Amino acid sequence: MANPLKLIKNGLIDENPTFVQVIGMCPTLAVTSSAINGIGMGLSTAAVLICANLFVSLLRKVIPDKVRIPCFIVVIATFVTVIEFLLKAYLPALNASLGLYIPLIVVNCLILARAEAFASKNGPVASVFDGIGMGLGFTLGLGVLGLVREFIGAGTLFDITVLPEAFPRTLLFVMAPGAFFTLGCLMAALNYFRNKKKA
Amino acid sequence: MDLILLVLAGVFVNNYVLSQFLGICPFLGVSRKVETAAGMGMAVIFVMSLAAGVAWLVYDLILVPLNITYLYNIAFILVIASLVQFVEMFLKKAAPALYQALGVFLPLITTNCAVLGVAVLNMQKGYNFIEAVLNGFGGATGFALAIVLFAGIRERIADNDTPKAFDGFPLALLTAGLMSIAFLGFSGLIKL
Repeated sequence: MANPLKLIKNGLIDENPTFVQVIGMCPTLAVTSSAINGIGMGLSTAAVLICANLFVSLLRKVIPDKVRIPCFIVVIATFVTVIEFLLKAYLPALNASLGLYIPLIVVNCLILARAEAFASKNGPVASVFDGIGMGLGFTLGLGVLGLVREFIGAGTLFDITVLPEAFPRTLLFVMAPGAFFTLGCLMAALNYFRNKKKA
Repeated sequence: MDLILLVLAGVFVNNYVLSQFLGICPFLGVSRKVETAAGMGMAVIFVMSLAAGVAWLVYDLILVPLNITYLYNIAFILVIASLVQFVEMFLKKAAPALYQALGVFLPLITTNCAVLGVAVLNMQKGYNFIEAVLNGFGGATGFALAIVLFAGIRERIADNDTPKAFDGFPLALLTAGLMSIAFLGFSGLIKL
């Protein structure tokens, strides 16, 4: 079995879902207008991912190969429904601001990709750690994006005002185009440093 | 009149890709050539209009009477996955020419979140059957419009000399951001 710490580092940095694999883009762009929303979405997705990985891994010898994708989707959809109810009951404010994107966790390619590429081939313990790593990597991506957009667009960090009132806010960054710009620039910056390292 | 506005709102004002971030994966993934983008757009229009209608039927005729609406998410994704499979088999038999054109894009549509998104939005807004189908059609047309325009721009960018760090995804994202600003111009045009 692979080293758990290695699996977590792999998800968090080496194969970061947002910046390296570039999957699960819809929630990444849609709900990162503030840091809290981004991290909330990241953790909800991580919870679904860990549970789905565990169960797909446990069921991997029972599920016939030909119908594996529909089976994975049903497992994922079940946990998304559970998370949706938990959020509605305990964090109604977060649920309201994430809205439509909670049921859409079902079609987040990240979760299906991990089920197919990792959990269906590895044991339950390794799969859980893979889920934790990938989930945290996704949360990290969304959190960073949310922080940058919230800071530039609203002058706040985690809803606490940090920029002086007189400083102009670039409202565009909390609107749709800002999501594209912020992620594009962050990825370009990462590319720049990676190219420099290689050279 | 309201129905026409509903379609127009879906195409321009509430564009699924550029203002609601639904269907970003295929938008970034299959937009390198105008030809493939148009194929994907057509396939999405076809499946999404159909899926919006079928999901409405499943929700209002099966889930609501049985009082199991909490299962909507599982029901919708299964409906969409099997519908896509069915459309693929049907086209292969009945319209080989159309299948040739759309075939490769069909399996990808299952994980297009715009399709599930439309089903969930129709449910949340309580649309009737006709409104649901038209909303699906309008949203899908908006997707097709956005992806074809985007592919056109990317084709021209591909030949240009751009900073190395911006190659690939970063440049695509910046382009999408500029398009999104252009589409912001439509906001407020239609209030529903």
